[in-house]
Amino acid sequence: MMVVYALYGVAALVVLAPIAIAFSASPRGTSVVYGASLMITLTLGMIALLSLFGYSDQSSTVTLPLGLPWLGAHFRIDALAAFFLVVVNLGGASASLFALGYGRHEHSPQRVLPFYPAYLAAMNLVVMADDAFSFLVSWEFMSLTSWALVIAHHRIRENVRAGYIYLLMASFGTLALLLAFGLLAGADGNYAFDAMRASHPSAALAALVLVLTIVGAGSKAGVVPLHAWLPLAHPAAPSHVSALMSGVMTKVAVYGLVRIVFDLLGPPDWWWSMAVLAVGGITAVMGVLYALMQHDLKRLLAYHTVENIGIIYIGLGLALAFKAYDMQLAAALALTAGLFHVFNHSVFKSLLFFGAGAVLNSTGERDMEHLGGLIHRMPQTAFVFLVGCVAISALPPLNGFVSEWLTFQAILLSPQLPAWGLKFLVPAVGALLALSAALAAACFVKAFGVSFLGRARTPAAAQAQETDSNSLAAMYFLAALCLVAGILPGFFIDALAPVTKSLVGVSMPHQAGVEWLSIVPIAESRSSYNGLLVFIFVVLSGSVAAFAIHRLASDKLRRAPAWDCGYPDPSTATQYTASSFAQPIRRVYGATVFRAREIGEMPAPGAMAPARLTVELHDLIWDAAYAPIAGFIGYAADRLNVLQFLTIRRYLTLVFTALVLLLLVLAIWP
Amino acid sequence: MALIRDFALQGAQMLLVLLLSPLLTGFVRKVKARLLRRQGPPLLQPYRDLIRLMRKDVVLATSASWLFRVIPYIIFAGTWVAASLVPTFRSGLLFSWSADLIAIIALLGSARFFQALAGLDVGTSFGGIGSSREVMIASLAEPAMLMIVFTLALVAGSTQLSSMAAYMVSGEEGLRVSLGLALLAMIMVAIAENARIPIDNPATHLELTMVHEAMVLEYSGRHLALIDLSSELKLLLYISVIGCLFAPWGIAGPDATPRAIAIGLAVYVTKLAVGGFLLAVFETAIAKMRVFRVPAFLGAALMLGLLATLLLFVSRSL
Repeated sequence: MMVVYALYGVAALVVLAPIAIAFSASPRGTSVVYGASLMITLTLGMIALLSLFGYSDQSSTVTLPLGLPWLGAHFRIDALAAFFLVVVNLGGASASLFALGYGRHEHSPQRVLPFYPAYLAAMNLVVMADDAFSFLVSWEFMSLTSWALVIAHHRIRENVRAGYIYLLMASFGTLALLLAFGLLAGADGNYAFDAMRASHPSAALAALVLVLTIVGAGSKAGVVPLHAWLPLAHPAAPSHVSALMSGVMTKVAVYGLVRIVFDLLGPPDWWWSMAVLAVGGITAVMGVLYALMQHDLKRLLAYHTVENIGIIYIGLGLALAFKAYDMQLAAALALTAGLFHVFNHSVFKSLLFFGAGAVLNSTGERDMEHLGGLIHRMPQTAFVFLVGCVAISALPPLNGFVSEWLTFQAILLSPQLPAWGLKFLVPAVGALLALSAALAAACFVKAFGVSFLGRARTPAAAQAQETDSNSLAAMYFLAALCLVAGILPGFFIDALAPVTKSLVGVSMPHQAGVEWLSIVPIAESRSSYNGLLVFIFVVLSGSVAAFAIHRLASDKLRRAPAWDCGYPDPSTATQYTASSFAQPIRRVYGATVFRAREIGEMPAPGAMAPARLTVELHDLIWDAAYAPIAGFIGYAADRLNVLQFLTIRRYLTLVFTALVLLLLVLAIWP
Repeated sequence: MALIRDFALQGAQMLLVLLLSPLLTGFVRKVKARLLRRQGPPLLQPYRDLIRLMRKDVVLATSASWLFRVIPYIIFAGTWVAASLVPTFRSGLLFSWSADLIAIIALLGSARFFQALAGLDVGTSFGGIGSSREVMIASLAEPAMLMIVFTLALVAGSTQLSSMAAYMVSGEEGLRVSLGLALLAMIMVAIAENARIPIDNPATHLELTMVHEAMVLEYSGRHLALIDLSSELKLLLYISVIGCLFAPWGIAGPDATPRAIAIGLAVYVTKLAVGGFLLAVFETAIAKMRVFRVPAFLGAALMLGLLATLLLFVSRSL
């Protein structure tokens, strides 16, 4: 029954889209559309939660007479779909709440409002789809609505370019998924997921499907090297949509991978996990290294999405490896780690994009080099943004740490895997994961420190105003969620139990009953972590120290100019900027990864010219993979252009030759 | 009754690490001075410094934010909690299972995260240079440390420090190449993490190569006292971890008699003294590195850790 209610909700969102067109001219349109979206996504989220906790028959399906006439459109909410529906609608609800305030500053609401509910509906539909046809149609619908939102501010040149590249990559990804589903459906062409689940494809076919799925779903999730569109498209959209794209849509893409690889494709081969793990490890480190080189706040966050997708893929890859060797408990642990990170990332990435949106709204700047000192002007935004930064840097006691801790625990179980390839790959991936976690912390010191701390670098930053209460409410809600998921992770792990049970056969041991609410992964790992106690200890010892010092020693405080070793410079340009902060890391990693070069120009002694430092960075992936393809297509188009300007005689010859050739092919075809 | 005793022991450990850590720093300074044939400050000088700083007013830069004032307490709390979760004289303390070695490393990571933020808060170039170098060093030291943790956890079958120490002292494992590599890597990481020579120089203030001191340049009074105390705690923590994993003898068990606990205490203090002495000798014997030589140093630690883990992964199936 739940699936029917959920479809009503989706239908309401779809209906809201044309209503939004009518309302978008009126000043109250924003409140109506986002208010309604908030209500509907909250309802959908409740339905998803109820389904996840098993208050309905989970495999309830519904078939609507839409789509292909002999197939119909199947929809179903099982545990996996329910979990991802929770993620989608939690993100949707918080984005709607944020947009109630943020959306009022939109210059052209008619370009955002109609597509927003449609986009939310599309993401819900992808997760609920139970046949390949509805899945692909919803997937394409999701791509197109988000594309429309990406080019909402189409007068900015780079947004149009971002939209164009996004459209190309999205079509490419859908094509790969289409082929994958085609292979899964087999010769009978039965596109229902049930039929696919029942038929087990041969090893070679399964391998092809796996590769196509990693390419298709991975391009939407942003795995390296298919990530190129993501850091262009996600920041181009209005900030609440950026949050949805980064926090939620990439998770829908992860859903696509999990659905096909864990559910439809049958029992895994051991080498599948190698592919997923290798992609994950490379994606995690490359994503964060790219992020470190950015000084556009939203683009930095977008690159971090790439990193976190890598971390999720590592969890999923480990789960596949354990599943292939029937180590079910370990598989449950790894899968829980991956899925918990899906949830966590959707929470803190939405929070961070909201924060970036609030900054953008009040200063008009996305470039960190033009910000600074915002903590004085926007203390509340600064606080919640800081919570997000700590969470995404995987630092205790917040939630990012818990999912990475679980992933590490899963890695520690992997020496028992018999395959030699995995014995070498898993430790290497573990090192990559550790490296990406440390670099992420560096990156968020930079993001927060340069934008919010220090002194204001521009008048716009110096006159920033605190954002509105709706936006703050959304951000505080997500920040609280970061803390709760960090200190009481047991409940969240228990909520994931039905999902892991349906995908790998067992779930992690029940966590909520463990004494002191700690988490104890599985018996083999013999470890435990208690975020609650760590949090209480830190708060207690910090306050005891503060109390004791203020009481017994001194509590006096004087304000004075900064010391700066005796040479304080009033110019704000003497502060560290985003690029100078990243310089040591650029020197360590950049020379190989980006072929980074620093060229210093010193004027001759006595000359009045300023000294200059130019930094050259190369995006090697773009240069190696994308530029040649784009070049070839341009070249081919130039050559073929001749065909547009033929005489009628030549056109007729061309048509005739083509006809003869095709007939020949038909004649020779066996 | 047992619960009260456990609470008391946990509290005793928290106080012990807090009270011993300035002494350890004083001891290292004294030994270094004696090795240079100087008289050196008295052993108790770090305590006096702390008390003097606590009593002074805080002089806060005009551009400093509320975060700048909170951060010393966060750093201190994080480091103190991490240090009190390491088994020192007795394993199986009441709360030692609430955080394993990964969580302890991550807690120190949180402290460092906030310290680097504090460097950027006032908006001076010295703070920035310190923070940017600190995160560069951390970006290599943390993964190296995690690889070491992996190695030890794979050997001992747990990431829980108490269980690891218990396993190591049981002598089941014997000598392993991986453990040797891990010890070497761990010493390198510990030197980097504690801002000791050759990575950083804890004794200088006005030197362009400095990292830690540049970040805390704007701090004064009680804030500076807390930050200094945190670095002293961190040094004690690393020596304790190395002691508890690679020299696990003498640690009293979970149900030890008062006599065993007394022996544990004596052995622990001896371990600290030996660790501090070796550190002082090493620091005296070596020159400070250029800052961009540091990645090579820590990269070697990372590779050693990875090699140790790989060896374990491969040897498991043989």
